[in-house]
Amino acid sequence: MTSFVKPRIRRKNQPVNELGLTRADYEGAMSTLCAGCGHDSVTASMARAFFRLSIEPHRAVKVSGIGCSSKTTAYFLRESHGNNTVHGRMPSVATGAAAANSSLTYIGVSGDGDSLSIGLGQFVHAMRRNVNMLYVLENNGVYGLTKGQFSASADIGSLAKKGAPNEQPPIDPVSLALSVGATFVARGFSGDREQLVPLIEAGLKHKGFGLIDVISPCVSFNDHKGSTKSYAHTYKYYHKSVHADFVPPSKDIKVKYDEGEMMPVELHDGGVIRLRKLERGFDPRDRAAATMALAKAQQNKEILTGLIHIDESHPDMHELNRMEERPLNEIPYAELNPGAAKLAELQKNFR
Amino acid sequence: MSAASTNDFVIKLANVNGTGSASANGLLMKAIFRMGVPVVGKNVFPSNIQGLPTWYEIRVTGDGYRGRSGDVHIMVAMNAETYEQDLAELSPGGFLIYDNTWPRPHFLSRKDVTVLGVPLARMCNEAFKVARSRILMKNMAYVGVIAALLDLDLHVLHGLVRDMFASKAKLIDLNMQAIALGFDYAKENFSCPLCFRVEPMDKTKGKVMIDGNTAAGLGCVYAGATFGAWYPITPSTSLMDGFAKYCAQLRVDEDTGKHKYCIIQAEDELAAAGMVIGASWNGARAFTPTSGPGISLMSEFIGFAYYAEIPFVLFDIQRVGPSTGMPTRTQQCDIQLCAYASHGDTRHILLFPADPGECFEMAVQAHDLAERFQTPVFVLSDIDIGMNDWMVDELSWDDSYQPDRGKVLSAEQLEKIEKFHRYLDVDGDHIPYRTLPGVHPKGAYFTRGSGHNKWGGYTEDGQEYKELVDRLRLKWASSADHVPAPVIIKSEKKTNCAILSLGSCDGAVVEARDRLEAKGLPLNYMRVRGFPFCSEVENFIQNHEQVYVVEQNRDAQLLNLLLAETRVKRKKLLSVLHYSGEPLDYRFVFDEILKASEMRKSA
Repeated sequence: MTSFVKPRIRRKNQPVNELGLTRADYEGAMSTLCAGCGHDSVTASMARAFFRLSIEPHRAVKVSGIGCSSKTTAYFLRESHGNNTVHGRMPSVATGAAAANSSLTYIGVSGDGDSLSIGLGQFVHAMRRNVNMLYVLENNGVYGLTKGQFSASADIGSLAKKGAPNEQPPIDPVSLALSVGATFVARGFSGDREQLVPLIEAGLKHKGFGLIDVISPCVSFNDHKGSTKSYAHTYKYYHKSVHADFVPPSKDIKVKYDEGEMMPVELHDGGVIRLRKLERGFDPRDRAAATMALAKAQQNKEILTGLIHIDESHPDMHELNRMEERPLNEIPYAELNPGAAKLAELQKNFR
Repeated sequence: MSAASTNDFVIKLANVNGTGSASANGLLMKAIFRMGVPVVGKNVFPSNIQGLPTWYEIRVTGDGYRGRSGDVHIMVAMNAETYEQDLAELSPGGFLIYDNTWPRPHFLSRKDVTVLGVPLARMCNEAFKVARSRILMKNMAYVGVIAALLDLDLHVLHGLVRDMFASKAKLIDLNMQAIALGFDYAKENFSCPLCFRVEPMDKTKGKVMIDGNTAAGLGCVYAGATFGAWYPITPSTSLMDGFAKYCAQLRVDEDTGKHKYCIIQAEDELAAAGMVIGASWNGARAFTPTSGPGISLMSEFIGFAYYAEIPFVLFDIQRVGPSTGMPTRTQQCDIQLCAYASHGDTRHILLFPADPGECFEMAVQAHDLAERFQTPVFVLSDIDIGMNDWMVDELSWDDSYQPDRGKVLSAEQLEKIEKFHRYLDVDGDHIPYRTLPGVHPKGAYFTRGSGHNKWGGYTEDGQEYKELVDRLRLKWASSADHVPAPVIIKSEKKTNCAILSLGSCDGAVVEARDRLEAKGLPLNYMRVRGFPFCSEVENFIQNHEQVYVVEQNRDAQLLNLLLAETRVKRKKLLSVLHYSGEPLDYRFVFDEILKASEMRKSA
């Protein structure tokens, strides 16, 4: 991917976070995506979330596969390690990286081609393992870099730029995630940063695999009339169900709840996700309710957004593997080497 | 005609798989080993769980040879399906033992062998009540028969039974009873011992019996590997089983029960490769065991690790290809695949262990080399080494060993430098420095499989691209002096002919060489242990007129690699190729080289 250095502009009186860093400290290289691309808004939202959570950039890891969306990891958090892997295989690299060092924050950025076609297997297995990471799926229903083929998330009847309708049923990442036991499932829209930024914050803080399916229109190949992934279509059929706000552990969380608001979900680090029911809301802690609401929305051709499901009780990959707190890559060799005497003892069984 | 022989013969056991014969046969081999007599064991088994033919071959070799001989002196025919084949395979003067609960008069068709019938099924049906016991104990009963016929030490046999069933005491008596049934029957009905017999020796002191996969798994523990990912595939599965077993034994905190390791069974080989790369990239020692089909699937990731310069340790336990091939039969058929795996210009470091002892050592070396050279390293074992128990020198460990973690910058080092560039050849040794995520803000960089320049930035500039891939080639070439050096055996007689071979061919080649020399054909011998080839390999070939390249594949992959990677002349090299899927025997090598040498003389 081409990238250009973005000048760092310092302004007076700009807001700083708990680390004394500004928003500019969370930016990356200049985007080379098309003007108006939904992905650029998602990039800005991710940078904003990291800024607001006061995560040290170098303690974050960005991983991606191949495609327009996967390029975007270069466009935020310049002081983070990035790993732009091979097509559809980001989840496995993220899994190994997370296994080696549990103390960093992992964010994966992928697209509907990368996740739902070539990478479908790795995508679902990372959810089954409950790898502690946030997976942002920038979903535009189309292959951008190869110029306009339908992706697996294209709806039946959605029209390609040259007019041909898609005739195969779509794979909905949110339904899929619910069916394989994902523990944090959300949907956002690149055009609604108010909703998206708190979702990203909550997803980053969730212990386990967090999926945010973000409808992120492709202005070059899928923003025309007849496309169900266009800005116009998304705005028209967009339904916010449950709003989620992340409240860090340091803040006083004994705030009052409005009517219709739900109990807070406590996170492992002491933080809290505050849930707020919107029109046709439901309790996202209830997987069955979430599944029902999603199915109903699909039947009505509505795009259900917000935090759709959360389960903080399920153990993440590290816990499932009974790993100690200390990262594997920090265990000194002296603790790993059984030594010559032990080797001699072990070999008694080989005589 | 086979002559009478003490401590030098082959016993082959023909069984039906899934009937519990493997443990009985292993017990028999270990009893001979414990009597101080060197043994070679080969398990030839089907890709199946129950019902198909399987053979176990035990060579008793007082001379301590490590390969197969190609003879069968005693055949224990326990599978009616293969009776014809098993009878035909027996060397003249040999003995055939079978279950004559159902007599087979046609066995008498061969006049040059002796048939010994034992009513194993009848005896076991009378002695044991449970149906499964009746099947399992038939195996132990023939072990008893053989013990009497070969004059095995019963105390040794009993000791092994007690060891084997230490955790299931009830089974000890049952097994002892079955052994006694067979032993007593043989003593009463046959003239024991036979002309083939075992006499105690003192040649197994300091030796152990271990398979290559277990040894490699143990090697990964000693290397300090903390992460392993894999997709189950025959014949590599027991490598991860070994690693898991020793981790559970050695790496679990006694108080908390917490693990100092992580093993993930991936959804496929692609994911296993990605996980290992992710963990290595993040600073944990990591590896994946697989076989040829797995290497095919991992190829895209292998190229990524090569180009992005990420340590990546792979064990390829080779099996017969192409495609699914014969998954339980052995070959050395992935040499070329691994040497250049992945699209684009790629070349890799390969290690060639010849026995389980080297599997243990090379598992450690592979991790050191992968981190030193920041690249994929393949350990090319095979089924013969990986899944058979070999008699090897007791594994040893140097307590002063410290892992070579390669050029990784610490937070202190990063603090001092002005700017970090991931792919810059700072030291002029073609190896750049790398950093680990989370260590220091200055260490952050973007890892990519797309075009990049020495500064670590994206590029589509031809010159920048070339500069980087040229350095990669030099880096790879410089590893030639760091991979394990070749092993050379020189003939005491003057000769301009030699054998060049690798891996599991070694046992058969060493023996063939001895016997060829006794026949007046002295040969020098080089066994290569690593790729890229060091200059010694080329010099060795140059210093000989004729070099027989012995390997286990159809297409002379080692020979072709030598031609591609050295300046040696094609006419110097002559292929000896064995690719039936059975472990190599010395007679094949002996015959092929003798034939070729005679043709050369007459030409």
